[in-house]
Amino acid sequence: MNNQRRNVLKSGSGAALLSVLAAAGIITPGVALADWNKAAFEAKSMADTLKALGATTPADSKDVQLTAPDIAENGAVVPIGVASTLPNITMVAIMIEKNPSTLAATFTLPAGTEPNIQTRVKMGQTSNVFAVVKSDGKFFMTSKEIKVTMGGCGG
Amino acid sequence: MATNPMKIRAANKDGVTEVKVLISHEMETGQRKDASGATIPAWFITDLTAKHNDKVVLTSEFGTSISKNPFLAFRFKGGAKGDKVSVSWKDNKGETRSDEAAIA
Repeated sequence: MNNQRRNVLKSGSGAALLSVLAAAGIITPGVALADWNKAAFEAKSMADTLKALGATTPADSKDVQLTAPDIAENGAVVPIGVASTLPNITMVAIMIEKNPSTLAATFTLPAGTEPNIQTRVKMGQTSNVFAVVKSDGKFFMTSKEIKVTMGGCGG
Repeated sequence: MATNPMKIRAANKDGVTEVKVLISHEMETGQRKDASGATIPAWFITDLTAKHNDKVVLTSEFGTSISKNPFLAFRFKGGAKGDKVSVSWKDNKGETRSDEAAIA
């Protein structure tokens, strides 16, 4: 059982990740593949989010680049770019530490898709933003503090 | 909102295709309240898949932290002028939308 789980981890696709979660009983099998990773998106802290993604203690790496403004005047639209020179990247995740839901998005990259992604996120307040990538089955991350002068979660 | 088409631009340069997608969606977080103080229910895209012809080039899961009218840019190797790039998404209400564009 344990060996199998190691293999599943090594094979490294998003589906494999989900099946690990299923094996761990976090997501019931059957719906796991079709379903959104609820546990990860509802996690309230960095540690819980990483755990739900199966990424235990990613190493800080200079080879992960997080492109974002130092100061975001409008927290509703903060451009974030993640790029990396690490080999065989299969997964990219963007996390915002102080948002109500830490995980902003995950991207699963099949072979041939470059680890270079840009999107826009909302930020409720000044926070550290983390970019996590999975390269050759290992997790690496980088972070940057973005100051928000006007929050994006309104109301 | 879900009826508005996505704007998809795909361009190939030196063997790498860059795809930019602008989706029309509220991306409501479920945190906000309306004028009468009632919580506005969450309504956001959860899953997104991009394909080059029939090959999946990106799958993504979004949370509520993604901005309203989400923007996404990514690159994949290969792709020729005229090839089809399609993007489809699903939101937490079960609505889906799929659009496609040709690589320029």
